[in-house]
Order: sequence, then structure tokens, then C-alpha cells
Amino acid sequence: MSKTPSFREQIERSGVSRRDFLRFCSYAAALIGLDAAGIPKVVQAFEKKPRPPAIWLHFQECTCCSESFIRSSHPIVADIILNQISLDYTQTLQAPAGEAAEKSKTDTMKNYYGKYVLLVEGAVPMKDDGVYCTIGGRSAIDILKEAAEGAALIIAWGSCASNGCIQAANPNPTKATPVHEILDKPVINVPGCPPIADVMSAVITHFLVFGRLPELDGQGRPKEFYSRRVHDTCYRRPYYDAGLFVESFDDEKARKGYCLYKMGCRGPVTYNACAVTKWNAGTSYPIQSGHGCLGCSENNFWDNGPFYRHLASFPGFGIETTADTIGTVVGVGALAGVAAHAITTNIRKRKLINKHIEESANNEKNKGEGE
Amino acid sequence: MAVKNAVYRRVYVWEFPVRLYHWVNAICVALLIVTGYLIGKPIAIEYGNEAYQQYWFGTVRFIHFVSAFIFFFNFLVRIYWGFVGNTYARWQNFIPWKKSQWHEIKEILKVDILQRDVGERISIGHNSLAGLVYFLTFLVFLFQAFTGFALYSSMSSSFFPQLFSWVVPFMGGDFAVRQWHHMFMWFFIVFAIIHVYLVFYHDYVEGRGTTSSMVGGWKFEREEDL
Repeated sequence: MSKTPSFREQIERSGVSRRDFLRFCSYAAALIGLDAAGIPKVVQAFEKKPRPPAIWLHFQECTCCSESFIRSSHPIVADIILNQISLDYTQTLQAPAGEAAEKSKTDTMKNYYGKYVLLVEGAVPMKDDGVYCTIGGRSAIDILKEAAEGAALIIAWGSCASNGCIQAANPNPTKATPVHEILDKPVINVPGCPPIADVMSAVITHFLVFGRLPELDGQGRPKEFYSRRVHDTCYRRPYYDAGLFVESFDDEKARKGYCLYKMGCRGPVTYNACAVTKWNAGTSYPIQSGHGCLGCSENNFWDNGPFYRHLASFPGFGIETTADTIGTVVGVGALAGVAAHAITTNIRKRKLINKHIEESANNEKNKGEGE
Repeated sequence: MAVKNAVYRRVYVWEFPVRLYHWVNAICVALLIVTGYLIGKPIAIEYGNEAYQQYWFGTVRFIHFVSAFIFFFNFLVRIYWGFVGNTYARWQNFIPWKKSQWHEIKEILKVDILQRDVGERISIGHNSLAGLVYFLTFLVFLFQAFTGFALYSSMSSSFFPQLFSWVVPFMGGDFAVRQWHHMFMWFFIVFAIIHVYLVFYHDYVEGRGTTSSMVGGWKFEREEDL
């Protein structure tokens, strides 16, 4: 086994200048939240540390995570997947096929046991022994468990691997299951459909620079990118606080760029970095283009429909019925019941009330007699 | 004389902390319902103002959050009073753990739903059915407080709301938490309608000052029942 070249050696070979390399390092440092003093750390990590081998598994997914990744905004960031880490196995990008491809995976797992990075894209079907997703004649569950055993780091790319996404939407016919529910090792969840390219590369950068997992929240997501709501970082937030809302997609308020809250925007319940890093080299993000957030990085977002309404439909009552409809019916029912009760009380209790009145009159009379 | 004259004595049922709790709670719940409904479904107002010239939605949310804090700590005071207050305020009134309480629940159901006449003596404090319903209401209070502070925790860095941040992953995300929090708002609306009506109804058929008792604290009991 020859010495694994460092990332710098790798990119110098492909003709990238020192200046570009440093520019990339400061960019990467900024992404993972380091200040200027932290840049040398990043430079050092990329110059000296050997590139860790990586296995990228694809299960129930649409490859949009990979597509997003190769569109990272910085030109060299795009090279991360191909250069910075040595991608030994990924069905969609690798040159070898068939048994040769499988062999490169088994070789990596054997030679770099306890050292390689495992990247998983897609959910794993658990129903009927996992027959709904097989590669090379083996089920996704088997492949995942085998690859996870010797992995130094496991990252679940995208909503499929982090929370099941559309495969796990009701009624979840294949029992699609997110990676962290199958493995008992720590898993970094990087949800999103797809996740933001720069976030994906920053998570890997963090591991390369510090050699450990980034700080994770209660749902296993890196706090750097998933601790704030899209709503709190949205440039339309002032319209929300001012109570200026778009009422319909073609009204004057939509043209003025008011808040999309009433159009069902999921910004207030979605934790992601979209409003900060934006997409496609910082060009835009859904809300900026006039469409509400769908909450694609949140659990069960497919089942929280309809997308264009603030409240979800009430389970079991059809798609147009919200909690408010049910509540209004019950509330009006209670008022009507109470009114009917008041009327019948006066009919049925006439005797009782008359008795009370008579008793009271007697008291008055007795009082008069006593004097 | 056709009707026997009954002599009533007054009984100090609701101590000042109980009455204060009740009205603070009532005001908070009313504010929370109105502001909560607006937050869920903001009204459309037409104006020529720019965003920096107004802040009405922010104010509505502010009132909601302040009321929520008062609501929650007021409730904690009431729980405390359930252990140190007088016999009518004690926690035992809220949980039917005695056979006699279940018996009274059945009797009250007959009076309330079948509209029978009041046959037996009804407890002078909370009747057993009311007590049980208030206990369930307290559980809803807690649910609303937990889900509400959980939603609030992502907007606040202060210590207290952070205690509830675990609720969000537990319930599967902010969307689910918001949905449940919104749904239970309707519980309070329906509760308020029925509660106010039943107070008037029991005042009417019992004639013991049920309505005014929450203002002055006094109820009236037949001398022979004391």
C-alpha cells in the first residue's frame, strides 16, 4: 500500500495554484465558523493530513444529494468529494462496475478498518428483510451494517438518510428507515432535500480539520447549520413582525415581497441554513424567489401538507379540514348545547325554582311576623 | 306551611390566593386564546405603511409570550396552594380517589345532563365532577405550557425556555408541536363556554351563591348539612 497523498499534493497535481488553495482554505474556515486565526489550522489539515478514504452508499434516494454536492459554490469545494477525500466507492460516480466495484469497497473496508468515512445517501427499507433495495444481490440493511462496522465517521446525507423523506411518507410501503435508527453508532444527520452543498462540504471539512464530530443537536444535526430557523434568518422576517403578509401568490403584497407565512411557508418550523448560505453560489433560496419554504429538512415534511396552507389538514377528516374547522364546529356545538340546556332547565326545573321562590317568600313573611 | 324553611350559614370556601389565581388565569387564558388565534391566522389589514413603521404582529406575539409566562407561574402557585390551602383547595378534591367522590360524580351527571333535581347534598367546594374536569384541565395546562415553551425555546437563549427544548425532537419537529399546541387552544374555548354556563346553572339550581363565590369567597350551606 503506497502512502496516501495529502489533499495539497493532490490539488497541486491537478494544477491549482497556491493562491487558490489558500483562498479555498479561508473559505472553508469561514464556513465552519472559524475566525482568521483558525485559517492556518485548515491549511495545515489539508496540507499534512492524509486524505481519508470514503465509501458513499446509495440506497432509496434520487441522487439529488450528490447532485447538490457537486455544485458546491467554490470551484475547489466541488473537488472535495473527488480529491480531498479519496472516494473509493460510489455507485453513481465511480469508473469500475460490477465485481471490480464491489472489490474496491471490500478492499477499503479491510485496509482502512476504523479509519474510513461512511457517507450514506438514501433511506433503508426494512420490510420483508429489505428486499425492496438490493445491490449486488445483497440487501441495503446488510450492506449498511457491514460498512458501518469499521467506519470512523458516519454521515447521513439528506432527508432520506436522516428522517426517511418521501419513502417514509405515509403509508411508508417499504418501511423506509433513517440510518441513525438502524445503527447504534453516532451518525451525523445532514437533512435537506437536498442538503445545501456548502453545508455538506463544511461538515466534511470540520471532520478533516478537527478530527472529530461537529457539535450535534438533539436530532443529530450539526449545530453550526441547523440550530436556527429559516424564519429567524429570513430577509422577509421584518414583514412578519409588521404583520404584512402575502394573501395570494398573484396579489400586490406578493409583488412587494411580504412575508409568505399565510401561504404556508414552513420557515417558522424549519431548521436550516438556507437563508444564510443560500443556494447556487449564494444566488437565492426558495423564499427569495417568492415561494414559501416546504420544510424539506424537517421530519415528516411530506405528511405535513397541504404545502400552501399554514395549518395541516386534520387527520381523518379530509384534506380541506383543519383543526380550526373542527374547533369551530365543536365550539358552535357547545354554544348550541348550552343554550338548549338553559331552555330545558327552565322548563324541567320550574317546580324546583318555584319551591325556592316560595321558600324565600316565607322567610320574608316570617321576618315580618317576628317584628 | 307548605315549604320548610332552611337556615343557611355562610362558609369561607375560596381563600384569596385561590380567587386571585382564578382571575389571573382567566385573563391569561383569554389573552392567550385571542393572540394565539391571531398568530395562527393573522388578519389581513390593508395599509400603505412600510414594515419599519409598524410592529402589530410582533406585539401580538409579545402579549402571547408574556401571558404564557404569567399563566405558567400562576399555575405553579396554584399547585403549591393545593398542598397548603384550606380543605376546599386541597389536591384531594381534584382526584376521585374515594368511593363517595365517584358517587357524587354520578349524581352530578344526573343533575347536569338528565336535568334531575338536586337530590343529595352537593359538596360545597368543587363538586367531584368539577374537580375531576379541572384535574384534566390542569393536564392540558401542562401540555400547552410544555409545547408552547418548546416552540419558544428556539427564539430565546434564556435559561427557562431551554428546559423545554427536548419536547421538539420528542414530538417529531416544530411543525407537529405547533399543530398540537394549536389544536388544544380549542379545548380552552370549549371549556370556557361550558364552564361559565355550568357555574350559572349550578347557581340557579343550587341557590348557594356559586357565581359570586369566586369574587368574595363565600358560599352558603344549609345549617343541618354543616
